[in-house]
Amino acid sequence: MLAKQVPDTRNVGPDAMTPEGTVNRSALPAIFNPEDLNALEQALRLKDQFPGSTITVVTMGLPKAADILRDALYRGADDAVLLTDRALGGADTLATSYAISMAIRKIGMPDIIIGGRQAIDGDTAQVGPQVAQKLDIDQVTYVESIDKLCEECRKVTVTRRIDGGVEVVEAPLPCLLTITGSAAPCRPQNAKRVMKFKKAAAPSEGKENAKIEITQWGAADVDADLQQCGLAGSPTKVKAVQNIVFKAKESKQLTGSDTDIESLIVELLDSHTIG
Amino acid sequence: MANCYSDRAELRFELNHPLMERIVELKERNYRDKDNYDYAPENFEDAMDSYDRVLDIVGDITATTIADNAEGVDQEGPHHEGHRVRYASGTEANLKAMVQAGMNGMTMPRKYEGLNFPITPYTMCAEIVAHKDAGFGNIWSLQDCVETLYEFGSEDQHQRFIPRICKGETMSMDLTEPDAGSDLQHVMLKATYSEEEGCWLLNGVKRFITNGDADQHLVLARSEEGTKDGRGLSMFIYDKRQGGVNVRRIENKLGIHGSPTCELTYKNAKAELVGSTRMGLIKYVMALMNGARLGIAAQSVGISQACYDEAIAYAKDREQFGKAIINFPAVYDMLSVMKAKLDAGRALLYQTARYVDIYKALDDIERERKANGEKLTAEEREEQKKYAKLADSLTPLAKGMNSEFCNQNAYDCIQIHGGSGFMMEYACQRYYRDARITSIYEGTTQLQVVAGIRYVTNGSYVAQCRDFEKQEVSEAMKPLQQRSILMADKLEEATARVKEAGDQEFLDICARHLYEMAAYSIMGHLIQYNATQQPELFEKSARVFMNYAEAEFIKHYSMVMYLTPESLADYRK
Repeated sequence: MLAKQVPDTRNVGPDAMTPEGTVNRSALPAIFNPEDLNALEQALRLKDQFPGSTITVVTMGLPKAADILRDALYRGADDAVLLTDRALGGADTLATSYAISMAIRKIGMPDIIIGGRQAIDGDTAQVGPQVAQKLDIDQVTYVESIDKLCEECRKVTVTRRIDGGVEVVEAPLPCLLTITGSAAPCRPQNAKRVMKFKKAAAPSEGKENAKIEITQWGAADVDADLQQCGLAGSPTKVKAVQNIVFKAKESKQLTGSDTDIESLIVELLDSHTIG
Repeated sequence: MANCYSDRAELRFELNHPLMERIVELKERNYRDKDNYDYAPENFEDAMDSYDRVLDIVGDITATTIADNAEGVDQEGPHHEGHRVRYASGTEANLKAMVQAGMNGMTMPRKYEGLNFPITPYTMCAEIVAHKDAGFGNIWSLQDCVETLYEFGSEDQHQRFIPRICKGETMSMDLTEPDAGSDLQHVMLKATYSEEEGCWLLNGVKRFITNGDADQHLVLARSEEGTKDGRGLSMFIYDKRQGGVNVRRIENKLGIHGSPTCELTYKNAKAELVGSTRMGLIKYVMALMNGARLGIAAQSVGISQACYDEAIAYAKDREQFGKAIINFPAVYDMLSVMKAKLDAGRALLYQTARYVDIYKALDDIERERKANGEKLTAEEREEQKKYAKLADSLTPLAKGMNSEFCNQNAYDCIQIHGGSGFMMEYACQRYYRDARITSIYEGTTQLQVVAGIRYVTNGSYVAQCRDFEKQEVSEAMKPLQQRSILMADKLEEATARVKEAGDQEFLDICARHLYEMAAYSIMGHLIQYNATQQPELFEKSARVFMNYAEAEFIKHYSMVMYLTPESLADYRK
């Protein structure tokens, strides 16, 4: 199960942005990415159906990202891995998916990899699909529910949310699924698990009273090529960050005609929105 | 994210009361479970941290799932399908969330898969849940019937029944019958021992049974043929898996719609005896009721909180005559009195819960030692006796006063909403309907007075006040404490007057007044203590409460002083 700790951009206050126009992370609480919680619920439901199965949650981030790993343990995950390393810092989606795919290789290929559709900070929806590419397995995005998993035939049937409806898709195992926010919400934390795993910590958190160690890996632990990690492995360069104010008066209606589409492309190229 | 626990500083304050140290010490017995259970605490701080975290989960589930479902549950209600109950869909979702969170059998020992929580944090959970859905609060809180099974059942019964409760099975207590409501001595449900089946068989009808289609029922039944009073009654456990009990109807009630109130028919229902025969009413139901009364007190505080929250939000939002109505003295007066009742009532609730915790933990230690041929020490026995008496005396006050306060707050909540409050689209109408039962079930307020009056006449309440008077309070609270001392003097005076008359009927009619005088006196001290510890949270409330409490006190004092045995003629109908 793939998870990310994100700043809570859903309740943005006046101090959410710095005067320079970047995200003021200290003003936004760090939370479990909401769609990753939907994904965790899907994983837990599979575990309910197949009691012998295990769920390992993987996240990449700063040591404090261990908070969401503990949260996942409180809710029923069996195991957690924190990928944290200076060499992994500043990663874009490409470098992130590379590091995560290397961690998965180290864990061993599971039957199913589940993650949220996208994170609320970047909104790219790229990491899941890229992980599948790098592991060379099938993927189904926008999954709303996992309907059936056949162990013998090694296939999974899922319902996928699409514009104007749903489609039911079958995929061979192993595969990667990304889950939408319209899927079932995650179950609550469990009292006994909280009392147990509150004592779990990753070494880099420096907690003295930790009783249970959360697995922590750096780039070297997962045999990652440093050129493909962190800033070095990230072709995405942020040119500038701007405050955008949406103005309703700018909206316009387009038809599906070739002329309209062409004029839209030209306009978007001119404004550097694409290209 | 809203959270019905962590948003409420008053609850965390009550959790961190100094008595908790002794409670946890008794409950955890030197933290002996720490090596056998990975979720058991290693020390006091660890235990308190766990309570805090677990309350936070309940606060979260309540603020999300339970709050979101509350209106739908109220409208849908439970369904009667083929002699069974199907909960409203929202109720099912609530229950599922609470079971997934492991919030069942909270107070049970770990060896039966419980959390081994003291009563105090458990009672807080009951308050929190009731805050958003009082009806669901019943279904969930009935788990505390398991306390009675734990206290009086056999080890074999413990092993078979308690782990199932901890996994999420629900309970009911089947006491009331068509002709035995407040007067349980007249229970007729028949229990006969069948040599053939090797078990007891129950036959008859029960009425007004909350959550009547529960998985496990504690049933009060007449095991002694030919008897007519309470001494012929025994307590049984009926397991729904056995069959034989059907739901004949679900009552259509004014409030708490989520909670199915059932009429049950027993037809040769196989059941097991709990404890000894003949002790059903006189011992076991009394224990059961004391737990249930604390539960209703918690439910009342939860509803009171909901009323206050709703009223203050509306008063801030609603503008009339060019300003928000909260700025009008007539409105902020009502709001501050609501808050004062809430704070003082909650202080009384948790003081009672802490007392219950101490003596129940000692009871449990006593049972455990007895099994090993050991006894409590003389000091422990004294402590047990002291806290049992305190708990028994405060329970009727906590239940009676909080249920009345909750009705008053529900009334004022609608009043602050004005005409809108009378319309069905505001939540206050639901609170008003839900509140109404609290002063009726598990013993009406009038019966709480019956239970409490002996502690007036034997001087127990006054003695508690005198103890509180020795307590050091802050400078700000000193004048209030002085007023409390005068109140206790007057309570003594009024009590003496009634006792001197030597007339039972006169005492009965004065009882409600004396009971409330005692309640206001004790709550006054408790809120002064709270304000001394955390002035920013309670000082205003303490002053408002004392003004209100003293006025109420004087009202009751006047009543007692004007009434005479002769004047009862004016009242008799």
